[in-house]
Amino acid sequence: MTIAVDIAATLRSGARTFELRTRFTAAGQRVVIYGASGAGKSQMLKAIAGLMRPHAGRIELGGRVLFDADAGIDISPQRRRVGYLFQDYALFPHLNVRQNIGFGLQRGWRNPPRRGDDAAVGYWLEAFGLEAVAHQLPEQLSGGQRQRVALARALVAEPDALLLDEPFAALDPALRVRMRQELDALQRRLDIPMLLITHDPDDAATFGGQILTMADGAIVDERFTGSGTWTSQTNEW
Amino acid sequence: MTEPALTALALSLKVALWATGIDLVLGVAVGYLLARVRFPGRELLDALLTLPMVMPPTVLGYYLLVVIGRNGPLGAWLHDSFGINLIFTWQAAVIAAAVVAFPLVLKGARSAFETVDAQLEQAARVLGVSEVGVFLRVTLPLAWRGVLAGTLLAFARTMGEFGATLMVAGSIPGKTQTLSIAVYEAVQAGQDDTANLLVLVTSVTCVLVLVVASRLAPRRVVLA
Repeated sequence: MTIAVDIAATLRSGARTFELRTRFTAAGQRVVIYGASGAGKSQMLKAIAGLMRPHAGRIELGGRVLFDADAGIDISPQRRRVGYLFQDYALFPHLNVRQNIGFGLQRGWRNPPRRGDDAAVGYWLEAFGLEAVAHQLPEQLSGGQRQRVALARALVAEPDALLLDEPFAALDPALRVRMRQELDALQRRLDIPMLLITHDPDDAATFGGQILTMADGAIVDERFTGSGTWTSQTNEW
Repeated sequence: MTEPALTALALSLKVALWATGIDLVLGVAVGYLLARVRFPGRELLDALLTLPMVMPPTVLGYYLLVVIGRNGPLGAWLHDSFGINLIFTWQAAVIAAAVVAFPLVLKGARSAFETVDAQLEQAARVLGVSEVGVFLRVTLPLAWRGVLAGTLLAFARTMGEFGATLMVAGSIPGKTQTLSIAVYEAVQAGQDDTANLLVLVTSVTCVLVLVVASRLAPRRVVLA
């Protein structure tokens, strides 16, 4: 799976403007974008998912053009076929675990039933050990369970790639180590391309693959590594 | 004595339900727009639509007369094109009540939509759900309490509407004489028994609506 990103965007937050000029091509199944908070990683990830529109450039995923400013192509987020793991998971607070996981499988104007029996949802409930909490609301879950629900929700529709925004930042240190291993095993098992952004060098080193370093909206370093051998080359943050 | 009172109550309920229904549809649409879409003049629009809450109802009624009266732009067009005359009809009372109570629905809906995390809507989009689906499955279920609380307050407000209604709909018994106007007429005519009954009916209705509204309103939603 190839992800090719070459975008320019001007972001405004209050009086401050920020120039995003990101360009990279990643071919592996594991890609990490590493950089300090404020480097533009999240906005770049949103652009790939179609949640932020750059003013110029092109985004390609596995040979499909998702965005091309010159050609006037801007595929809607609904049709990009990417999974997205939000930093704080963005679970629907009014829906139980089963409904959250099955949310994208149910089309139309109604939410999935509280006590559904969808086979794909059942598979993920079992795979992540969530059967016992299937009827609980997100607020009743632990941090690790929330992340598993969010992962299952993103994966159940079998997306072309999974985008992960700081997947471990919301977890306490002990849980972080365990969830890193879970994600590592999950990627091996599913063989789905994953693009992970993080400010934590340990995340980058553990997850491995192709590691791109981002600073001030641009990619400044690129290296390949096996799992566990990479160390941060830039220490200014 | 009770029959005119029941007629006035029925008319008040009819006017209040129509006005509240119109306010609900428009309030949800405009409230969502103000909460989610950034456009120049957004706060100006909000302020303009809030004006009916602070203006004297008689001033508002006068403005309405200017617009929907026979010589007003809308009134003249309706008369010339369809032969419709709104002034001194129950439909005019609906318009007056709807305009007066609109800010209550709008404020409730806007703040309710603003409390819904926009990231949840983005998550739903990435999962392939259409824009209408996102609204009906995520935004509205998380905001309906605030919307409904504002709507109930608007209903209570339209039940009590007097000034603007009197200006545009008049006080024709059985036709445009709503409860609150009937109270005024009864007191003027010295019919204390009728007035007592009307006041009791109005008070009970308004208290009931307010109790329900306060039970539904989440604490974080500011209604006024």
